[in-house]
Amino acid sequence: MKATAIEKICSKFPGIACREVLNYVEMTVQPEQLEETLSRLKLYPELNFGLLLDITGIDYLEYPVAQDCRFAVVYTIRNWRDNMLVQVKVPVPDPDKGVPTCTHLWSSANWAEREVYDQYGINFIGHPDLRRILNHWQFKGHPLRKDYDIFKGQVCYDSYSMENEIKNRLLANGVDETTMKDINTEIMFLNLGPSHPATHGAIRIFTALDGESILANVNEIGYLHRGFEKTAENRTYNQVIPLTDRLNYCSAMMNNIAYVKAVESWLGIEITERCKFMRVVMSEFFRVQDHLVCIAANLVDMGGLTNYWYLYNEKEASYDLISRLTGARLTSSFTRIGGMYRDFYDGWEHDMEVQLKAIEKGVSDSLALVLKNRIVHDRTQGTCKLSAETALSYGFTGPCLRASGVPFDLRKDNPYYNYESFDFNVPVGSTGDIYDRIMVRFEEIFESIKIIRQAMKHIPDGPIFVKDHNAVLPPKSEVYNNIEGLANHFKLIFEGVKVPSGEWYDSFEAANGELGFHFVADGSGKPYKLKVRPPCFYIMGGFHEMVEGEMIADAVINLGSINIIGGELDR
Amino acid sequence: MALGLEAALGDSVITTKLDEVVNWGRQYSLWPMVFGTACCAIEFMSAAASQHDISRFGAEVVRFSPRQADLMLVCGTISYKQAPILKRIYEQMPEPKWVVAMGACASSGGIYDNYCTVQGIHTIIPVDVYISGCPPRPEAVLDALIKIQEKIQTESVLVDRHKEYRGILD
Ligand code: SF4
Repeated sequence: MKATAIEKICSKFPGIACREVLNYVEMTVQPEQLEETLSRLKLYPELNFGLLLDITGIDYLEYPVAQDCRFAVVYTIRNWRDNMLVQVKVPVPDPDKGVPTCTHLWSSANWAEREVYDQYGINFIGHPDLRRILNHWQFKGHPLRKDYDIFKGQVCYDSYSMENEIKNRLLANGVDETTMKDINTEIMFLNLGPSHPATHGAIRIFTALDGESILANVNEIGYLHRGFEKTAENRTYNQVIPLTDRLNYCSAMMNNIAYVKAVESWLGIEITERCKFMRVVMSEFFRVQDHLVCIAANLVDMGGLTNYWYLYNEKEASYDLISRLTGARLTSSFTRIGGMYRDFYDGWEHDMEVQLKAIEKGVSDSLALVLKNRIVHDRTQGTCKLSAETALSYGFTGPCLRASGVPFDLRKDNPYYNYESFDFNVPVGSTGDIYDRIMVRFEEIFESIKIIRQAMKHIPDGPIFVKDHNAVLPPKSEVYNNIEGLANHFKLIFEGVKVPSGEWYDSFEAANGELGFHFVADGSGKPYKLKVRPPCFYIMGGFHEMVEGEMIADAVINLGSINIIGGELDR
Repeated sequence: MALGLEAALGDSVITTKLDEVVNWGRQYSLWPMVFGTACCAIEFMSAAASQHDISRFGAEVVRFSPRQADLMLVCGTISYKQAPILKRIYEQMPEPKWVVAMGACASSGGIYDNYCTVQGIHTIIPVDVYISGCPPRPEAVLDALIKIQEKIQTESVLVDRHKEYRGILD
């Protein structure tokens, strides 16, 4: 974000405390100014903040520096066209009273506010459907409050019925049950999931059907909520890395990289050139892996099992390279703050090239089966369309947003790790249907391979770690032979990397879209608060917009096309 | 022309025990119900794909309907929100049935010792075999399958399994 943009934003809000953090603007407003500020950000044409990325709460109960209010809410909003990012922070004097909702401005606020309510117990005045989202309905209390004991589990005895929700949705869609009765039609209610092969994990898709057409749809998530954020508060910064593996487990290393990038940005660590290239190579390689699994599973749902073997076998073969490099197949935990766990092994270029060729072959074989396949076309073209405007409003990012025709990609629009000097294209779709979502992913595989090849050509020699022993473990020879090295090692292991207190947000273009991390640091070796901005959470929030009016079988393949990964969705 | 066993035996008679013949049949045609929730399910996908090929052990007929399956593979973290569903699916499977807890999460909660994660699925349903690892390698899944087969050999058709079991949801 440029200095002029920062000035521009500040000048539009006289009387509001604006300051620059990293390279975005953070504003602090009072609750009564909140509505005005948010609508200005969204509606002023020269501001045009159309993408509400995330909302999160903060509980300052144990924060070392006393704050005026115990709770605060933070909104992260982006103007993707001009690469502007702002965070609006509002103190909440009374959580039961809360702050006004912003669901009328951005549709993504609906689920985002529900999550804040669920985790922190902060009310949003005027929210259309404020109830729990991640924790189960019999849960008492709010787990991310600092006075909630992390070990206090609560048993859930029954699933939630969701009857009211679907009835309300039917009403909102203008379906009148009495007229249907008159013509002897009855609405059928059908659950897909939470345990169903088509959901690829645990999500509950609840539909109201007229024959096979979907009249209304509501969804329930949270079945894989495993307390990432609360657990992270009890781990040192480096110990969080294994937890990030398990967010989007189809592209584990991308999460590792995104996470350490966010920590390094605050610490002001400039990683070495070799490390940057290494991260680019591995990110793109894992982007390919992620897309392979997504497309393979999606085509199986359509009945094309052969594609699964063509695509998944290449992923399986890639594990040879990955496990040789990282020691693990799936959960790599390969980054460290300030570098990578290890350098590449000798001869990796050859292995990588063999792998890339095999992937190209597998993908081309699969494309030969689907590209001109009439059945695939009929099932995917024009089904489950989503316009660019709706997609933005629901907070879509990544391939699903690009399929709707919005060319937003952080690698191009807010480049990091030298992405600006690589030659690659950002594929976009034209209609935002299932076909576009699949094809965007196919194209991205080829683009990523292009990037990997360029990076392999130009990767420089040199160290992969920065020489800053406040953040990076010293080499073993120093630990064993001099007292300073020993002290550094001891401190880093026991206390963790000391991160100066403050709050910041940093993001990364992951396989599913913008993966962001919002930190609150209190100067110790553990994050005081760590919120993930998961791309699929918001994509799932817009699922009903895609499937209502379509057939039930389309909902199944649509779910495959948006690549919902439970670990990231529910955290 | 007879091709299989009958070719060698002709029309002679074999005497055996009922347990032996039934168990022999059961152990080589286990139909798994994959209760995949998280990362471990991806490794199950690998176990089922060409390279590791679970069909070598007669267990490739993956059923997602519990009513058609007799081997439940719990692959992934089970949260308290998920637990009633796990139990319901288990109950829908016909007897006899076996359960494998795949991975650290299903076995003990794994790295998630916190407010939302069930600390091991044995608190919800009875478990026969546990697989360690986070995630376990596909070979470990095959190993667990062999363990189940061995276990089946020792069982009797006359004895009800797990009649006494009581979990936190019972
Ligand atoms: S055991 Fe590990 S890999 Fe398996 S579900 Fe749990 S966290 Fe994921």
